[in-house]
Amino acid sequence: MLTSNDVRDDEAMQERHVTQLTDVGEDIILSTHDLHVFYGQHEALFEGDLQFANHKITALIGPSGSGKSTFLRSLNRMNDRIATVTGQIMYRGVDVNQPAIDVYEMRRRVGMVFQRPNPFAKSIYDNIAFALQLRGVTDRHQLDEIVETSLRQAALWDQVKDELNKSALALSGGQAQRLCIARAIAVKPDILLLDEPASALDPVSTSQLEDTLLDLKQKYTIIIVTHNMQQAARISDYTAFFNAGRVLEYDTTSQIFTNPQVKITSDYVSGNFG
Amino acid sequence: MKSTQQLERQLKRHSKAARLESWGRFISFSALLLIVAVVVGIIGFVASKGIATFATNHVSLWDFLTEKTWNPNIKDAHGNPEVGALPMIVGSFLITILSAIVATPFAIGTAVFMNEISPNRGAKILQPVTELLVGIPSVVYGFIGLSVVVPVTRAVFGGSGFGILSGTCVLFVMILPTVTSMSTDALKAVPRYYREASLALGATQWQTIYKVVLRAATPGLMTAVVFGMARAFGEALAVQMVIGNAALMPSSLVAPASTLTSVLTTGIGNTVMGSLQNNALWSLALVLLLMSLVFNLIIRLIGRKGRMQA
Amino acid sequence: MNSKTQNKMAIGALYGIAGFVVLILLALLGYILISGTPQLSWHFLTAPAKAFLKGGGVGVQLFNSFYLLFLAMLISFPIALGAAIYLYEYAKNNWLTTTIRTAIEILSSLPSVVVGLFGFLFFVVKLRLGFSILSGAFALTFFNLPLLTRSIEDSLRTISETQREGGLALGLSRWETVTKVILPAAVPSILTGVILSAGRVFGEAAALIYTAGQSAPALNFMDWNPFNISSPLNPMRPAETLAVHIWKINSEGIMPDAKAISSGSSAVLVLAILIFNFAARYLGKRLYKRLTSA
Repeated sequence: MLTSNDVRDDEAMQERHVTQLTDVGEDIILSTHDLHVFYGQHEALFEGDLQFANHKITALIGPSGSGKSTFLRSLNRMNDRIATVTGQIMYRGVDVNQPAIDVYEMRRRVGMVFQRPNPFAKSIYDNIAFALQLRGVTDRHQLDEIVETSLRQAALWDQVKDELNKSALALSGGQAQRLCIARAIAVKPDILLLDEPASALDPVSTSQLEDTLLDLKQKYTIIIVTHNMQQAARISDYTAFFNAGRVLEYDTTSQIFTNPQVKITSDYVSGNFG
Repeated sequence: MKSTQQLERQLKRHSKAARLESWGRFISFSALLLIVAVVVGIIGFVASKGIATFATNHVSLWDFLTEKTWNPNIKDAHGNPEVGALPMIVGSFLITILSAIVATPFAIGTAVFMNEISPNRGAKILQPVTELLVGIPSVVYGFIGLSVVVPVTRAVFGGSGFGILSGTCVLFVMILPTVTSMSTDALKAVPRYYREASLALGATQWQTIYKVVLRAATPGLMTAVVFGMARAFGEALAVQMVIGNAALMPSSLVAPASTLTSVLTTGIGNTVMGSLQNNALWSLALVLLLMSLVFNLIIRLIGRKGRMQA
Repeated sequence: MNSKTQNKMAIGALYGIAGFVVLILLALLGYILISGTPQLSWHFLTAPAKAFLKGGGVGVQLFNSFYLLFLAMLISFPIALGAAIYLYEYAKNNWLTTTIRTAIEILSSLPSVVVGLFGFLFFVVKLRLGFSILSGAFALTFFNLPLLTRSIEDSLRTISETQREGGLALGLSRWETVTKVILPAAVPSILTGVILSAGRVFGEAAALIYTAGQSAPALNFMDWNPFNISSPLNPMRPAETLAVHIWKINSEGIMPDAKAISSGSSAVLVLAILIFNFAARYLGKRLYKRLTSA
C-alpha cells in the first residue's frame, strides 16, 4: 500500500502516517488542505489534511478533545460563528471555505446529524417536510413521497407510517435519531456528516443504526465521528485517528485496526491509551 | 471541469436563505434599536426639560437642592423663584429608606423560611401568594392605604393620618413581595452542598443559615433590597394617595409631606408647558431619573462584586 | 446560651416572621376581595361612571383598560420579539451588546411616572396626539418593552442549542431556524410571559394619567367606526382606565360612593390579575403538552 509517511516539524516530532486516497485510486469527493481551527486564541485543530472517498464510510476516531468533532463541524461550516477556520475545504473541486460561498446552499449538500437526537417540536411528517416546503416544494404528493422514501431509507417507515402526525418529541431515542437521519437525507445531500450519532443510544438501537448507515452508503458519502472503536471497525471503509488536534494516521479501516503504523494509534485501538 | 464551474456557480448564488437571513437580521436589529432610541429619547427629553430650570430660568442648582421652600408661583425677597426641592427629596429618601428598613427583615426572614425551614409549605402557599402580590397594581395598594392605613394612623397618632408613616406602611407592603421573591431566588442560588457541609460539621440549622447560607447569598440579598428601594423611590400614585401632599419639610412621621413623585403627579397637569413652574417639576423628574440610574448602578456594582467573590 | 437553644429561638422567630408576612398578605388579598366583590354586579361592570351621584359603574373604564392593553400589546410584542431575537440569536458578546443591554435595563428600572411624563411631553404635546388612547398605548409600550423583551429572551434560552444546529444543518438560515423551529417550540413559554406582562400593563396607572388622560367620555357601544368620536374603537379619544379611575376618584373624591366604587374596581383589577396568572400557567402547560404529545 502506498503511503506518504512525512515527519512533521520538530515541535510535534510525532510520526504520522496519512494515506493519500488519490494514490490508491479512490474517487475523492471532499478533501481538506491545511485546515486550522481557532477558538479565539486557542488552536483546536492544527492541521487537518484528509481526503474522503465517494460513497464510502470514513470514521474519525481519537480521544476526547482530539479535534475530531471540531474537524467534522468545520466541514459544513457549522463552526463559523464560534471559531475561525482557515485553509481549504475542497468539495467536488470547489473550495467551500471561502466567504463567497453561500453556506446554506452548501449545507444542503453536506448534511449533518448530531450526537443527541434533536427532532423539532413538530409532527414526524413536518420534521422532514418543512425544510423542503421552505425551499419551494409545495406539491403534497411529492412531499408525501419524499417523506416516505427518507423514512424508509432511515429504516423508520414501518414503525411510524401510521402516526406521521404525532409529535416527534414522543419518539424513543433510537427512533428520534433515525428521524434526524431521515430529515437530513430528505434534502438530498451529497455527503452526510455524523457526530457520534449513537452515543446517546442503547446497544440495540446502535446496531440498527449501523445497519442503516451501511445501507445509506450506496447513495451517500458518510463521515462519522465515533468514540466506539468497534463501531468504526464494523462499518467504516477508512479510518482517521486524531490526537491532540492532529491527524496522526489515516488508512483503510482494516489497516488501522490490524496493522497500525503509528505507536499512539496502536495504543489507542488496542485500548492501552494513556 | 465544466461541472466544477457549474457547481461553483450554484454554491456562490445568493440563496433565498441568505436573503432571508439579511432581512431577518435587519428587522430584528431595527426593533432593538427602537428600544435603545426610546431610552435615549426619554433620558434626553427629561434631561433637557429638567435642565431648563437652571439654564433658562437661572435658578441655582444649589438652591434647588438645599432650599426648603417649594413655591414656584412666588418669588422671594430677592426676586428669585422659590423652588427649593429639599422637602420632596427628603420625603422620597425618607419613605424609601424607612420602608426598606422595615421590609428587609421580613422579606429575608420569609425567604429563609420558605427556602430553608419549610420548603414544602413555602412552595405550596407562600411562593404563589408572593408572586401574585408582586403583580398587584400600585393603585390598589394606595387605595388600601387610604381606606385602612390612614384611618388607623389617624386614630393612633392623631392629626390627619396622612404623612411619611402611612407612606412607609404602604410601601412596606408593596415592596415586601418583590424583595421576598428576589431574596428567595438569591437563597436558591446557594449550592446545596454548602448547607450539607456545614451541617455535617455539626453546626445547627440556624448557624448554617446565618453563617453559611446568608453569607453566600449576601450579594443577591442586597440586590433584592436595592431593587425594592428603587421601586419604592419611583412609586408615584400609591404614595401620593397617602402622604398628604404638602410640600413641606417633614416635621414628624405623621405630618403631611410629599415626595418627588407625588408633587409630579399632582402638579404637572396644573402648570403651563415652558413656564418656570412647569420646568421646576421637570427638574424633579430629572432627579427621579438620575436616582433610578444610581440604583441601577448600585445593583450592577453589587453584581460585579458578587461575581468576583464567587 | 448554648447553640441548641439559640437554634430553637431563631427558628421560632423565623416561623413568627413568616407567619406575620402570610398574615399581612392574606389580609391584603382578603380585604380587597371581601370589600370589593359585593360591589360587583353586571350593572357595575357595564354602566358608565357617574361624577356626582351614587350608583355609577365602571363599564367604560373597564373597556378602556382592555382596549389599551390590547393596543399596547399589539405594538410592543413585535418590537420585543424582534429585539429578543437579535439579542439572543445574533448579538455578539461585545461592548455594543453590553451597552444595549444596559439601556434596556435602565428602561425597565425607570419609574413609570417618568415614562408617563415622557409620553405626555412627546406624544400628547409634541406630536399633538392629545390625551388619547394612542398616547397611552405608546406610554404603556415603553413601560412594557424591556420586561417583555427579557421574558421572550428567556423563552428563547429554554430551547436547546441542538434545535438550532438541527435547523442550520438542513441549510436553513438562522432567521428561518428561529422563526420556523425555535419560535414554534417556544410558544408556550412566550405566551406565559406575554400574559404575565399583560397583567402588569393592565394595572398600570402612573404612566397613563398624563397620556391616556383622566376622563372617560361616554361611549356608544353600537358605533364601531373607529373614526367617530364616541366609538369605543376611536384611538384618539381620552380614555381613563380602571386603575386610573381608582386613583382619580380617591384623589378628588366628589363621588358619594367613591369608596364602594374603588373597592369594586380594586377587586376587578385583582381578579383580572389572578385570572391572567392562572391563564398563563394553564395555557402554557396545555400548549406544551400539545406540542410534545400526539
